[in-house]
Amino acid sequence: MTPTATPKAKRITDIGPPNYEKFLPPVIKRNYGQWKFHETLAPGVLCHVSVTGEKLYTVRAASPRLLSVHSIRLFADLADKYCGGFLRFTSRNNVEFLLSEFANIEPLKQDLLKAGYPVGGTNNSISNIVHTQGWVHCHSSATDASGLVKSMMDALFPYFSEEKLPAKLRLAVACCLNMCGAVHCSDIAVLGVHRKPPKIRHDVLPKICEVPTLIASCPTGAIRPATVSGKPSVEVIEEQCMYCGNCYTVCPAMPLNDPENDGISIWVGGKVSNARTAPKFTKLAIPFLPNNPPRWPEVVEAVVNIVDKYASHAKKYERMGEWIERIGWPRFFEMTGIPFTRYHIDDFKNAGLTFARSTHIRF
Amino acid sequence: MANENGKRPTPLLDELEKGPWPSFVTEIRKTSDVSPMCDDLLGQLELSYEEKKGHWKHGGIVGVLGYGGGVIGRYSDVPEQFPNVAHFHTMRINQPSGWFYTSDALRTLCDIWERHGSGLTNMHGSTGDIVFLGTKTDELEPAFKELTEAGFDLGGSGSCLRTPSCCVGPARCEWACYDTMKLCNDLTQAYQDELHRPPFPYKYKIKCAGCPNDCVAAAARADLSVIGTWKDDIQQDDAAVSEYVANGLDIQKDVCERCPTHCMSWNGEKLTIENRECVRCMHCINVMPKALLPGKERGATLLIGAKAPIVNGALLSSVLVPFVPAEELQETIEELNKRIWEFWDENGKNRERVGELIQRVGMANFLDAIGLDPIPEMVTAPRDNPYIYFQEKQASEEESK
Repeated sequence: MTPTATPKAKRITDIGPPNYEKFLPPVIKRNYGQWKFHETLAPGVLCHVSVTGEKLYTVRAASPRLLSVHSIRLFADLADKYCGGFLRFTSRNNVEFLLSEFANIEPLKQDLLKAGYPVGGTNNSISNIVHTQGWVHCHSSATDASGLVKSMMDALFPYFSEEKLPAKLRLAVACCLNMCGAVHCSDIAVLGVHRKPPKIRHDVLPKICEVPTLIASCPTGAIRPATVSGKPSVEVIEEQCMYCGNCYTVCPAMPLNDPENDGISIWVGGKVSNARTAPKFTKLAIPFLPNNPPRWPEVVEAVVNIVDKYASHAKKYERMGEWIERIGWPRFFEMTGIPFTRYHIDDFKNAGLTFARSTHIRF
Repeated sequence: MANENGKRPTPLLDELEKGPWPSFVTEIRKTSDVSPMCDDLLGQLELSYEEKKGHWKHGGIVGVLGYGGGVIGRYSDVPEQFPNVAHFHTMRINQPSGWFYTSDALRTLCDIWERHGSGLTNMHGSTGDIVFLGTKTDELEPAFKELTEAGFDLGGSGSCLRTPSCCVGPARCEWACYDTMKLCNDLTQAYQDELHRPPFPYKYKIKCAGCPNDCVAAAARADLSVIGTWKDDIQQDDAAVSEYVANGLDIQKDVCERCPTHCMSWNGEKLTIENRECVRCMHCINVMPKALLPGKERGATLLIGAKAPIVNGALLSSVLVPFVPAEELQETIEELNKRIWEFWDENGKNRERVGELIQRVGMANFLDAIGLDPIPEMVTAPRDNPYIYFQEKQASEEESK
């Protein structure tokens, strides 16, 4: 810290976030809570109309979520140039510019495109993929999240820049089953999986880890104290381990990253919206695909296949899960060509709830 | 093996700079002028891509004075190769409601992060925070000082109230059934202690969605999900309905037949809604935003217990209070949280989310503890097994009748 001549200022804490009101553009302040309806002017461009007749235009652009301060400053400059310096980010990490002037929409879109941040992601499209940190910043990731997202969105790009799907399609990536990305309710979820218990480094464990904390970290109680070569250490009851990596979080001597066995699983049919049907979990489509950076061709191909089948067969307004429920899971596996395996049948708590308990079978 | 510019080649990551979607690799590379951390981050990431394995370690409590969270300690497991990311901690900064900013506020954040960190961010992290990605322990306190002077504060991590988040709400959505932005902000301000000094058995999340479309995934991710809804009739503009039909909407097929309770009918001229049968799913309103709107008696449904799989499996939130009027939400939620946290504090195991506690002790016992009566809106169906644990008091009351 730089020394200063002034007396030491009181340390500021617990002030919470800045009040949102100072970040709202005047058009929003004037019409807060007074919006009457909205229209889509083009993919990625919305127009909200107030009861007073005043209009607010939103231009939504793609973002890699991982943003350089340089890019944020670029967004700030564009906001200054076209919309009085006001912008926001969405719950799916897109950036949105909030315009009062219709005439500014097209030049803003062009500037964004030139800078590499294309416009889209509204309504019946594939919006930005919600994802986790992966190899960029996480200790327990079984794969990289940003690279998977980039590879998939490059392949699915026409679905982002156009609204040509039966309904909205939400993708998410989580790089281990801790699921910081909460992928358990998305239309398609890509989930990194470990498949082997941690390898215990007994030589360093007593020196760098606290055994009681380590034992307490295991969600399934699979870690027990043990004496190894006369020194205090632990053992793992392997059949109880589901490879979550929580032990590695508290003890670096429990690494479970394993290039041979780590990989990707794919899940489908979840949703959080209450529209038409209740929110639902994603269900397993593909238990394992290899980790194949930098472009993960197997994963991209599998996801594109599922999206294409959905896009060409679902009825208007049907989300992925609603489509599959209508046609039945056997037909989903038949249409996508995905093999059904022993791993698809639940064997955790209340597994019986997913067994077919009727003779309603399509032949 | 360095390039002529002194940088390690990254042939695998270079592949990810091609294609139409904006590239995170490009983002990291162009921040190279801010901090040498960026080159080492790319170097270590290239190694991960070569070896198909991560190279980060967790561990070591790092943070700012007086706070128990908001900073995630991160260390490289190959620091000799990449000394600039030997320490690469994350700071979570509490976002303003609805993720609204002015260009000046963003520049201030960028300037602070350029002085004290890698210059890399996530806008935003999964829970909603601004994420400052990568700094050294020594920089945490100076960065924090500048952030608070600029009016920003850290978000939550660990067993605390995690940073609440909300949808855009009344700022830009005609479907907002309560002021999500204000509620999120006011709850965050009311719970500064719970947010910064982890007091719970595990994390607790609050998410405020303005309508049943749930754009912030409250039902999937929040221990307390606040989802806007309304009690009276859908507001209907018949002229606008006719306009949709005239413009080609197949109202019978795409609206009436998609209604989950079949409470709507179209006679070729007029749409009739049996509002008593409506479950407020939003489908018809989503299809015809110009013609239909949520009713005027607005508020929210409170749901409890959502979480991702760790520890005992994923849960969706379930109904706790079917309707709280918009103007009573803040007070009701604060009172409910007080009771929920007291019960959780006494009965929760370490790393047990509220949803899991309810699974373990039973919803009925949980309701007793927080003083709510059981009502049929809380279940999709009554129990189908006869293993009923009768309470002694009630059993004797039954006999005495």
